[in-house]
Amino acid sequence: MTRSSAPARSFTETRIRRGPSSWLLSSDTPRSWALSLILIVIVTCLAAAPFLFSGSQPLSTAAKICVFVLLVASYDLLLGYTGIVSFAHTMFFGIGGYGIAIALERLGPSWESVAVGLVAALALSAVLAAVIGLLSLRVRAIFFSMITLAVASAVAVLASQLSAITGGEDGLSFQLPAELRPAFRPFAEPILGLAINGRILAYYMIFITAAVLFLVLLRVVNSPFGRVLQAIRENEFRAEALGYRVVAYRTAASVISAMAATVAGALLALWLRYNGPDTTLSFSIMIDILLMVVIGGMGTLYGAIIGAALFVLAQSYLQVLMGAGSQTLSGIPILPDLVHPDRWLLWLGLLFIVSVYAFPGGIVGHLRKRGRSHELG
Amino acid sequence: MSNAAAEPIETSLPRARIDWIPLILVPVLAIATLPLVGNVSAWVTLTVAGLAMGMMIFLMASGLTLVFGLMDIINFGHGVFISLGAYATLLVLGPLAGWASADSIGLNLALLVLCIAAAMGLTAVVGVVFERVIVRPVYGNHLKQILVTMGGLIVAEQAIHAIWGASPIPVPVPETLRGAFVIGDIVMERYRVVAIGIGLLVFFAMQVLLNRTRIGLLIRAGVENPEMVEALGYRIRRLFVSVFVAGSALAGLGGVMWAFYRQTLTAGMGMEVMVLVFIVIIIGGLGSVGGCFVGSVLVALMANYVGFLAPKLALVSNILVMALVLIWRPQGLFPVARR
Repeated sequence: MTRSSAPARSFTETRIRRGPSSWLLSSDTPRSWALSLILIVIVTCLAAAPFLFSGSQPLSTAAKICVFVLLVASYDLLLGYTGIVSFAHTMFFGIGGYGIAIALERLGPSWESVAVGLVAALALSAVLAAVIGLLSLRVRAIFFSMITLAVASAVAVLASQLSAITGGEDGLSFQLPAELRPAFRPFAEPILGLAINGRILAYYMIFITAAVLFLVLLRVVNSPFGRVLQAIRENEFRAEALGYRVVAYRTAASVISAMAATVAGALLALWLRYNGPDTTLSFSIMIDILLMVVIGGMGTLYGAIIGAALFVLAQSYLQVLMGAGSQTLSGIPILPDLVHPDRWLLWLGLLFIVSVYAFPGGIVGHLRKRGRSHELG
Repeated sequence: MSNAAAEPIETSLPRARIDWIPLILVPVLAIATLPLVGNVSAWVTLTVAGLAMGMMIFLMASGLTLVFGLMDIINFGHGVFISLGAYATLLVLGPLAGWASADSIGLNLALLVLCIAAAMGLTAVVGVVFERVIVRPVYGNHLKQILVTMGGLIVAEQAIHAIWGASPIPVPVPETLRGAFVIGDIVMERYRVVAIGIGLLVFFAMQVLLNRTRIGLLIRAGVENPEMVEALGYRIRRLFVSVFVAGSALAGLGGVMWAFYRQTLTAGMGMEVMVLVFIVIIIGGLGSVGGCFVGSVLVALMANYVGFLAPKLALVSNILVMALVLIWRPQGLFPVARR
């Protein structure tokens, strides 16, 4: 049936407690100097983004990275740890976004409406994920992929059709609570040369929420529950034979992952002050998530940080580079078309295929392997 | 001695019993909606439209389900072949634009046949490459299959953008295939009738090939038990590659039909219709061609009827049909025995 022919991954994680940082990371440390360094650089840049970069464009990029780190990490719980492919992750992302958007638009800009929208969205996501899981994971894992694809596309069309509720193709714009608006000044004096306003508070809200939930997910995958998920990934039959109810565990994983994605969608909507089909629901975002997970590294949550950072930066800045390349190559047939700024996805797609074949662990897996071989000799 | 010769000796194997219940579903659905629609001519129009759509979905889905049944490969990049087949019509329509606008049924049909030939040729060639480069290294691992074929889909869609441009391209339907046949107050669009004809032709050709020829016997045996076919000395790999290529070519054929039906080309059109294709092969039972046919017609008819009766529900109706079928038969209408 779905027995994978890949060699079983070895569980060499050491479970030794090494102080508070190790506790914070649930004893699942990066285990590679290069990887730790990259992660520290990315996290520091994100944490200090408002102070390091001026202007709204870099701050938006940083906020987007934070949201996608959470989204991709929650997807990795399904793909990398449980070994099931869902195409409905953007659906939950969208439910979060629409929950916030509809609540804030209808109930007015207050924290109560944020709470109402978030709770309603979380409940809807959890129920949907459980129903889809119980209906499709019962038979074969491959059904799950196809059924999630079908359901997600139906929901996407539904969201653009029910324009009375969702704003249709135009989406919904809304006002934020006063504390998150640019005009809000919590401090009279600038801190470290930067005047703090509501926009920066909103950024830190997103950063902290994403960071906390990331650590929670790290805790989940390193818990006994997470170990069962990995056992199911490696050998479904054996896990079932050991007495674990595979369907229940897979469904639970898909519910947890869906709820984290819902929060990510809510955060994105709060940052953009807008939600529409193209920002959270479209199939192209699903493809982006897949690219980020696989290039960053499946089965390691740290891959989510690297994948999301790399992808969002590429999305924002690679096109500029490719535009320059396209101009220098003009005159040669076909080549300028291939490096046309709009074709950046072509190259990431190729990188994706190469990753699946050559680096199944993505960037993180590659760095860890290199680290280990250095230690040995 | 003599009575032994007189008694007819039963040499043929017991015939496989046909599972009638799913087959009855389609006419039951069609007849049950007649009073709801209330108007015979509208009902005929809807049914013809549904059948035409069902045939096109069947063309696109049949290859995928066979490939899955035979080799346990699920190809999420199957939509690429649909898009490619659709774009291949441009290769023919470009130089032969005069044939499309000519008011001659012979020239128009010749053009359609040429388009189909070009599309099937192109998708067959790409199918060989796709199988070799993308699919072959990931046998036996569903997770990697899904990921890699999605990667192939991304790259191929972008390649279509690079070659033909990113903006939608209009495709004119050949002159004599436009408009509709009007019988009394029953209106049937001509192109849909042609689509039904081609779909039925392919379905019966496939049935004959699968049930009446040696290759078909091997394919069916391969679906049941590939190891045993291999042990008997047949090269299951070669069989599989040819089925994969044939499936790709069928998707290309479906793509041509779909392109003329929609009258515009976009690189994403394959992936859009793939959603329906997946629903259909889940309903039919993964690996079953007959189930795929019944599923296609069922889904397409349902979509058309519901679209007429309650337009807002049309999108959800497919999911609803799928959920109901899965509750009734978790493996699909015609479960394939092996898995």
